[in-house]
Amino acid sequence: MSSLKEVTLGTNDTASLTMVQAINDALDTALTQDERVLLFGEDVGAMGGVFRVSDGLQGKHGASRVFDTPLAEAGIMGFAIGLALAGLRPVAEIQFAGFLYPALDQILSHVGRYRHRTRGRYTLPLVVRAPYGGGVHTPEQHADSPEGILAQVPGIKVVIPSNPDRAKGLLLAAINDPDPVFFFEAIKLYRSVKMPVQSGDYRYELGKARVVRAGDAATLIAYGGMVEVCEKVATVAAKDGVALEVIDVETLSPLDMDTILASVEKTGRVVIVYEARQAGGFGAEIAARIADEGLLYLLAPVVRVAGWDAPYPPFSSVEHFYRPDARRVLAAVRKVLTF
Amino acid sequence: MIQFLSDDGVLLKAHGFSEDALVSGYEALVRARFFDERAVVLHRQGRLGVYPPYFGQEASQVGMALALAQQDWLVPSYRETAAALTHGLSMAQIILYWRSHPAGWRFPEGVNVLPFYIPIATQLPQAVGIAHAGSLQGVKRVVATFVGDGGSSEGDFHEALNFASVFCAPVVFMVQNNGWAISVPTSAQMKHQRIADRASGYGMPGVLVDGNDLLAVWHVANEAAERARAGDGPTLIEALTYRVAPHTTSDDPSRYRTDEASDAWVKKDPVTRMRAFMQHEGLWDDSKEQALQQNLKAELDAALKDADAAADVMPWEIVEHVFEQMSPEQQRAWEALHEQS
Repeated sequence: MSSLKEVTLGTNDTASLTMVQAINDALDTALTQDERVLLFGEDVGAMGGVFRVSDGLQGKHGASRVFDTPLAEAGIMGFAIGLALAGLRPVAEIQFAGFLYPALDQILSHVGRYRHRTRGRYTLPLVVRAPYGGGVHTPEQHADSPEGILAQVPGIKVVIPSNPDRAKGLLLAAINDPDPVFFFEAIKLYRSVKMPVQSGDYRYELGKARVVRAGDAATLIAYGGMVEVCEKVATVAAKDGVALEVIDVETLSPLDMDTILASVEKTGRVVIVYEARQAGGFGAEIAARIADEGLLYLLAPVVRVAGWDAPYPPFSSVEHFYRPDARRVLAAVRKVLTF
Repeated sequence: MIQFLSDDGVLLKAHGFSEDALVSGYEALVRARFFDERAVVLHRQGRLGVYPPYFGQEASQVGMALALAQQDWLVPSYRETAAALTHGLSMAQIILYWRSHPAGWRFPEGVNVLPFYIPIATQLPQAVGIAHAGSLQGVKRVVATFVGDGGSSEGDFHEALNFASVFCAPVVFMVQNNGWAISVPTSAQMKHQRIADRASGYGMPGVLVDGNDLLAVWHVANEAAERARAGDGPTLIEALTYRVAPHTTSDDPSRYRTDEASDAWVKKDPVTRMRAFMQHEGLWDDSKEQALQQNLKAELDAALKDADAAADVMPWEIVEHVFEQMSPEQQRAWEALHEQS
């Protein structure tokens, strides 16, 4: 097998792509430039994945590199570890993030530990992709947001893109990263957003948050499907002359606190938005870190807008009361602005 | 059940091993026994941490490892020190491992043994992945992985065998049925009699072998490895043996079993049987045994010297090797651990 070829720089060609298409493009690019890359999971082959993310890739790259596995998530995860141990670059799809749980033993006991327990002798350059989150009336267990559980595990990186362009650049970075990366894709964004995406290979650095909208009145911190909610709130607030800053965390682990703290220093007011249950969710870590490292910047308590203390509701008619929306985020913004 | 030697070490049927192979196989068996006995003593002396002995299971492990070529991989659980030793891991490395010294956990390049797996049966699907990688890379590489009777109850056991079968992976699953999962006997672990019988459910051969008969284990392991190399897929081997020793040096078997069952198995001791066979064949005698024991003692003395010379573990090593590049948090912890010590 050939080693990783030189990175061909992205061209100036762009196409307007959905997130599904952009991720497909990233996978196609990775499969084309590095023979070690493999893509597998449930229904990813002939069917092209339940969301069609791997559409056409088996036909193009062959059934030995893009293939279906038995329906067994722990098996998929263990299999991916073995492939990575032997020098390949597996990209495993877990059909929904809420189906990751049977694989937690492999993830907690091995994925995050392998480099550490072998003192660098073995590394696991693998990527696990999984659609996550709600907002599209999926059946029970299909809308979970387990990113906080994964971000709690040492030795794995957790990345969540918020749009097609970022998804492609971050996924290519993840596949080329020397360490295991969990890559969660917001189902809500899969087809709802279209934007110009560069063709070819380009990568965004992991471990960096980014300011997606500058402002000085308050900082909204979000990732994945909640970034567009925060941007919408910022647009509404701007009409009232309130300039909100929006930060897209992108990489939850390792977390880029520098970007967050620079914003908090500027605004002094923070709202953190995420879909998982509020208590113990990843927003709790961000809030705690702000308290640790930026307490004196604060002009108001840090407020979180997140899932209620209940499982994500399978009752689709009231689902939107669980998943944070602009109305709830705006209320939180008013609270920090008027404290 | 496949058997070549009677419980007394009398040859029951013709074998295909050369005299040189028999001598080196027997020496590997004695080396495994020697290390295990000394390891328990070293633990009592405080020179080794918690250690899971394998007394009585040497033939199951050594026989499997002898069937492997250097480029083949061994994916062991925590009781497979004998297999690791036979597949090229040094005594010094193993001592450092069971001392929980970081240097013991980084197995050297060129030795295709993965560090011992503690979470039961989790190694199995990984072994299948390594094996399938070989198929994709066009490398003739067999992967041998071990699990116990208790481990055969885990979901990972099922998923791994199914994956191996579906992908026709060049892997050998060696189940050491040693009668006990810590304190739970096999009779409470499963209602059927034979783990090897499950193989048919996965569309692969299942072989029941006398796990205390080195020739028998070695023979079936060779056949399974050849089958894998030929591209014919996985094999499930059930080696019937017995955990004569406690689960670990921390275990007290008197709480859950009597010595009688163990006594019966001691009569089938794999080393005694093989020694009787070797002497009967004229391939071994007391002076050779003495010379071997002296060599092993020298090997262990040198290994202990090497292990004792390992540098002290530094607290900041805790946060090293988590990622290729330290995160800001790891960097801060690394600095804090330097300041504290």
